[in-house]
Amino acid sequence: MSTVVKTVNLVKIYQDGAVPVPAVRGVDLQVEPGEFVAIMGPSGSGKSTLVHMLGGLDTRTSGEIWLDGKRVDTLSESAWALLRRKRIGFVFQFFNLVANMTVGDNVELPALLSGASPKVARERRESLLAALNLTDRAEAAPAQLSGGEQQRVALARALANEPSLLLADEPTGNLDSRNTRDVLRLLGEVHKEGQTIVMVTHDARVASLADRLVSLFDGEIVDDGRIARRRTRTAGEVIDLR
Amino acid sequence: MRPHLLALLAKEPAHGYELKQALEQTFGSAYPSPNIGQIYVTLGRLEKDGLIRVVDVEQSNRPNKKVYYLTAKGREVLEAWVDEPTEGPRVRDEFFMKLVLAPLTGIADRMALISRQRRHYLSLMSDLNDILARTPDTDRVAMLLIEGAMLHLQADLDWLERCQEDLA
Repeated sequence: MSTVVKTVNLVKIYQDGAVPVPAVRGVDLQVEPGEFVAIMGPSGSGKSTLVHMLGGLDTRTSGEIWLDGKRVDTLSESAWALLRRKRIGFVFQFFNLVANMTVGDNVELPALLSGASPKVARERRESLLAALNLTDRAEAAPAQLSGGEQQRVALARALANEPSLLLADEPTGNLDSRNTRDVLRLLGEVHKEGQTIVMVTHDARVASLADRLVSLFDGEIVDDGRIARRRTRTAGEVIDLR
Repeated sequence: MRPHLLALLAKEPAHGYELKQALEQTFGSAYPSPNIGQIYVTLGRLEKDGLIRVVDVEQSNRPNKKVYYLTAKGREVLEAWVDEPTEGPRVRDEFFMKLVLAPLTGIADRMALISRQRRHYLSLMSDLNDILARTPDTDRVAMLLIEGAMLHLQADLDWLERCQEDLA
C-alpha cells in the first residue's frame, strides 16, 4: 500500500487586507496506511488550516498534496468533492449534520454517495450507530439530540464510506466525559482495524490514542515522533497525584 | 499512612491485618496494596506518640491478637488533619525549572524540551487510558482517582502550550 498522505513544502498564506498572513509555512508530512497521527500546537499554529487543506476544504498557496499516491492539490473543486465522497471522512468540532434528515440517514448517506450498495450502506449504518450507542436515536432528527450525541453521529457519518483517510478537527471539543468515552472507544477500534487517522486535538485523552504526535508552531512542524507505550505494568497500579 | 490508619481506627478498633483489608476494600486499585510490615511499623509509631493504644485479646488455640484503638489525642490529630486545607498538587514543577534554566546552560533548547515533554505526557495519558479500561466500573474510588490524574495531565499539557507561546 502506498503512503496515504504526503505533503511537500506545503504553504498557506491568508490575505488580511494588504497584509499577507502565513498560516502554514512549508510543511512536509507523510502518513502511512494505518497510522494515527495527532496534531497539536497552540492556537494559530496552523493545525486546522493544515487538515482543511488535506481534505480539500481550503486551497494551498504553494506546495504539493498527495493522497493515496495521487497528486490532489491541483484538482478542481468538483473533483475534490468526488474524492471526499470516496476517500475521506471529516469530523469537525461543530457537527454540520443535515438538519432535515434523520440521524440514521445522516450516517447512511455518505455510504450511498460513495457507491456502496443499499444493503451494504444499511449494514454500515447499523453497525456504526450500535458502536456509538445511538441505535435508539436512529429515527430522531439531529436537533433532538444533545451536542454530545450529535458529535457521535458526526463521527459515525465520517466513517460510513470507509474512508482511506479520516480527518478530524477537535472532534471532542465539546463532549462530556461519557460521550468522550464512546468516541475514544470507536476511534481506538477503527484504528485497530487499520483506519488511517489525522486528527487535530487539544484533548490529551484522544491524542494519547495516536501512534505519533506532530507538533506545530507558527505554521511549521517543530516535532514529529512516536508516542511511547509502556506495556510492562504489573499489579499494584499506583497513581501518584503529586 | 499515619492519618489513614487513624481514620480507620476512628470508625472502630481493629488489628493490623484488618486495617490492611480495610484500606484495600475502601480504595480498590487506587491505593498501593499496603505492606503489612509497614502497617505494623506505623502502628508502633502511633502508639509511641500516644495517638493509639493497643490491647491484647486472647484467642483460643492462637497467639494473642493485638487490637488497636484511637486515643483522645489521636482523635485530635485526626481532626486537625481533616480540617486543614490540603496543599495543591503542584508547588514546584521540575520540568518548569528545566525549561527556565535550560537556555542558560546551553545544553538544550526550549522548543525541544517542550516537544519531548509533550510526548511524555501523552505516553502517561495512554497508560492511564489502559488502566481505566481495566478498572471495573464498580470501583468508583479508583475511577475517580484515574480521572483526577487525567485532568491534571490535561492541565499540564495546556500549561506546556502556554509556556511554548511565551518562552519558546
